[in-house]
Amino acid sequence: MSLRIELVSPERVVFEGDAELVIARTSDGEIGFQPGHVPFVGNLVSSVVRVALSDGGVQRIAVHSGFVEVSDNHVALLCDVAELAEDIDVERAKASLDNAKNDLASDPSNFNAEAAIHRAEVRLEASAGI
Amino acid sequence: MPGGQERILRRRINSVQSTKQITRAMELIAATRVVKAMTRANAARPYSTKMTGVIEDLAAGGVGIDDPLLRSSENVSSIGFVVITSDRGLAGAYNSSVIRAAEKEIMAAQTEGKDYKLVLVGKKAADYFRFRNYEVEASFSGMTDTPSYEDARVIATKVRDLFVSEAVDQVILAYQEFVSMGTQRVAVRKFLPLESMQTVASEGGGDADSRALFEFEPSPEGVLSALLPRYVESRLYSALLDASASEHANRQRAMKSATDNAEELITKLSRALNRARQDAITTEIMEIVGGAEALGDGSSEETTEHDNDTQITV
Repeated sequence: MSLRIELVSPERVVFEGDAELVIARTSDGEIGFQPGHVPFVGNLVSSVVRVALSDGGVQRIAVHSGFVEVSDNHVALLCDVAELAEDIDVERAKASLDNAKNDLASDPSNFNAEAAIHRAEVRLEASAGI
Repeated sequence: MPGGQERILRRRINSVQSTKQITRAMELIAATRVVKAMTRANAARPYSTKMTGVIEDLAAGGVGIDDPLLRSSENVSSIGFVVITSDRGLAGAYNSSVIRAAEKEIMAAQTEGKDYKLVLVGKKAADYFRFRNYEVEASFSGMTDTPSYEDARVIATKVRDLFVSEAVDQVILAYQEFVSMGTQRVAVRKFLPLESMQTVASEGGGDADSRALFEFEPSPEGVLSALLPRYVESRLYSALLDASASEHANRQRAMKSATDNAEELITKLSRALNRARQDAITTEIMEIVGGAEALGDGSSEETTEHDNDTQITV
């Protein structure tokens, strides 16, 4: 028995596959899903979702807020923005991290910069695992 | 001068010919764009389906309905209108039919003594309503060709702010719905407040009772308040995608009939041209014959020869 995982962004289905274990982070903390999990709905926070695929590989995905719905061995990740680790532009993430850090240094109350730093860090964390 | 009309006709044929080439090119471009827009609309569908699915789960979990976006007021004193049109013309009745339907609604609201606020998408709507001195709350343009989710989010945020701040008590969305390649129709729909969750859930067609044992993190209310704004965005996004597919389908049709008309016109003008050319030739021959006859005081044989020549030429 395995989990059917679907990663969906508003514009398209980003990833589909069978998995043994999915680890995501909701607003209450990290949570893992294995086959047979009870029906569950949670708010995802900007983080790295790790998926242990049935073929033995591990898929890392950077998600930026959204939802996770689990029912009948079916995991649906609904994300505003979702990037597979291999699709992440590391150079761009590094550049935006630097930019955001500079912005934050010049204006410590800049929430956008803080959020941008977090997003960039999530991207880098996801791509670091490959 | 006999050559004058010919020249004018030839010039017109050339101009119609090049117009035809342009409309043909636009037709082909629009045809590929429709397919692309349809693909995008299909790609966006899983998200909104899943979204509805989560709402079903919530409804099954018996969440209390307490969110500003679900606020429905008995007395509607102000209505917001979102009108989706295109930036470019040459799409047949696409823009005018949406604008006409929206204007009718606005007038109806006004006669009932209600206030209106306009949120316009696409340059055409903005031009129309500004020119007629309507008060425009916000207008967006530059993305109706290929709308992205980000565009939808910007517009949805504006609309949501209007509604949540109680500047409007209801939001109506006017756009052209894409039914199929051959059919698009104007849709004027209530956009906000959202229908009660039970209604949304039953529209999803899911069997809500059998999945009543959901766990929610952080809480059903927490999930709901994060979900509803996105649900609004996603609905607006699908309306934008529908509108862009309709726009391209309309443009394709308009350009096809323009091409057909150009062809017809070319046939007509070519006939007129041929006739004019023949007329000119005939006149010229008659002149020559007449001239020869006037000069010909000599033998009658020569004249007969000329007559024969003439008949052969004609």
